[in-house]
Amino acid sequence: MGAHKLLFSELKLWTSGRGGWIARLHKGIGACGKASLSSCSPKVCIVGSGPAGFYTAQHLIKARQDVEVDIYERLPVPFGLVRFGVAPDHPEVKNVINTFTQTAKHSRCSFYGNVNVGKNVSITELQQAYHAVVLSYGAEGNRSMGVPGEDLAGVYSAKDFVGWYNGLPSCRELSPDLSCETAVILGQGNVALDVARILLSPIDILKKTDITQPALEALAESQVRRVLIVGRRGPIQIACTIKELREMVNLPDTRPDMVAADFDAVKEALKDLPRPRKRLTELMLKTALEVPGEKEQERRSKASRTWGFRFFRSPVEVLAEPSHSRIAGIRLAINKLEGSGEGAHAVLTGEVEDVSCGLVVSSIGYKSLPIDPSVPFDSRKAIIPNTMGRVKQAAGLYCSGWLKTGPTGVIATTMNNSFDTARSLVEDMDSGTLDVSAAKPGSQSISALLEKRGVKPVTFSDWEKIDNVEMKKGESSGKPREKLLTVEEMLHVAWT
Amino acid sequence: MAASAAVRSSMGLTLRLSRVIPDCSTCPLFRLKCNAKNAANLQRKGSFDSFRTINRHLQTSIGLYHSEEGSSNAEDPEDVVNVVYIDRSGQRIPVKAKVGDNVLYLAHKHGIDLEGACEASLACSTCHVYVSAAHFDKLPEPEEREDDMLDMAPMLQENSRLGCQIILTPELDGIELTLPKVTRNFYVDGHVPKPH
Repeated sequence: MGAHKLLFSELKLWTSGRGGWIARLHKGIGACGKASLSSCSPKVCIVGSGPAGFYTAQHLIKARQDVEVDIYERLPVPFGLVRFGVAPDHPEVKNVINTFTQTAKHSRCSFYGNVNVGKNVSITELQQAYHAVVLSYGAEGNRSMGVPGEDLAGVYSAKDFVGWYNGLPSCRELSPDLSCETAVILGQGNVALDVARILLSPIDILKKTDITQPALEALAESQVRRVLIVGRRGPIQIACTIKELREMVNLPDTRPDMVAADFDAVKEALKDLPRPRKRLTELMLKTALEVPGEKEQERRSKASRTWGFRFFRSPVEVLAEPSHSRIAGIRLAINKLEGSGEGAHAVLTGEVEDVSCGLVVSSIGYKSLPIDPSVPFDSRKAIIPNTMGRVKQAAGLYCSGWLKTGPTGVIATTMNNSFDTARSLVEDMDSGTLDVSAAKPGSQSISALLEKRGVKPVTFSDWEKIDNVEMKKGESSGKPREKLLTVEEMLHVAWT
Repeated sequence: MAASAAVRSSMGLTLRLSRVIPDCSTCPLFRLKCNAKNAANLQRKGSFDSFRTINRHLQTSIGLYHSEEGSSNAEDPEDVVNVVYIDRSGQRIPVKAKVGDNVLYLAHKHGIDLEGACEASLACSTCHVYVSAAHFDKLPEPEEREDDMLDMAPMLQENSRLGCQIILTPELDGIELTLPKVTRNFYVDGHVPKPH
């Protein structure tokens, strides 16, 4: 049966028999006394289009049939750290984009890219236009080491390094100097391991990913052959997870280079560890201490690159070459551990050691920044003070994602976190704590404001044009996409 | 077949009345989609399903063939596997599934709140479920990659598995899959920094 015939017969059935849809429409019109059904619906504005923003939107739309959600994003492109943080060689983690795309294309959801909240429009203005505003703009700053020499050329934050190889427009000009043999990474979380892996991966692997072309070319010329991943405490406190560690252990053409003495107390502590920590520690012990079999021994002897953890070390100074034109190395304080398990802390012993290196990457944590003076912000913890997602002392204001709990957690963590905030918001709407009875203009008034200020939002279909261009560009080089690297290029594609 | 359809439609009705999922059946395009999909299945076995359904047909390799064929054609009673999902509010949702069905997609088909962020590629832990004790040991051992992902799931238990890795067999008849309750206070009080 032809598709159009099927459609006609369905329509006939639909219009003759079904009253539900039409009846609700009439009821809606009657109740509001206005032509549009949607003017009485609760309107929520979400600032930030990463996982936190999208998962909050997803839950809101599902929980209440009347909620309309508008997502504002500073860049022309959505998805936040899924696009700019997840490593290029982890494409499956990015599958979540399909879920977010469904949400964005839902009839009660709209995406407005290229809108800088805080600059193009204020939080106060958003609060006037919407019943509720959810802040999910994440953590765009980073924790600094706070040591002399941190600002020398050759020292980068992991956030910027990752942004560089992932095509974040603000990191395009980073041009890290990869002409040295040794790189030292401070921090031992998954981001640190991502950086190490990208620095040491065979180019044949990287060239099939969505890593940016300039980064690929720089890495192809890279002289870096040795990466040390340094942490303040010991093996049992390491912050990375087993998947990332396994990837390092199995990285082609590399071999591990650990200090056996670092693992002295670890074997005895194994039996008391919870399962995730135990499996991770076992893998580390095996890699560091076990005598490899013949095949593995041969593989290691042929490897041209090395990587290793260094424990009980804190940075105290980045050392410059005499000419001060580049760095010569890093001075590390030697620590000892007091206490055990997650709560153990590093205590200085007074000893230091110098490590020669030409590249230092500081991977000690991202940090949220305040967006607007009218929004409460805890500068010590670098989060927005809140209770279950409700911003303290600010009715109608909510937060989700890293901005709410601090910058740690994988996509699954952020998902639960965002669902939680959405639940709080829905509770407040249902209970009347949040008054949604009076109509609010929502995007109508904000769009008018933006137009007056010469700001043109990028819609989701505009993003899809960018998406298609990127995928098409990637085709010829066997990459899933070739990312556009500047906001100008993105806008040009979006609006042509 | 009729019984399973009745269970499904009553469960679906419950979910529609509670407005968890939209009422697709009032839309004329719903039946058009269903008819077209059945016709397309005969031609495109095992290929990606490009229709975007509300219940999210996911593009991935595991169980795709089975999810396309779906439990809607469970003719043979020996093929039927009774499954109970227990959602986060404790509600029991019985489902009549088929041998070969994937627990994650089955949940989606029935509007159950089980996320599958990475689309069954063992790159997340959002489809984490607890398996009933009587059936846990009947599952094949998890591969290392599944264990690695499970390690990241909050509130890991002895009987934890990833839903996207569970394929139904006749021995699993009666299996009960509980969705972990992530408590309200989990991320506010006692927040433990997690890796990222």
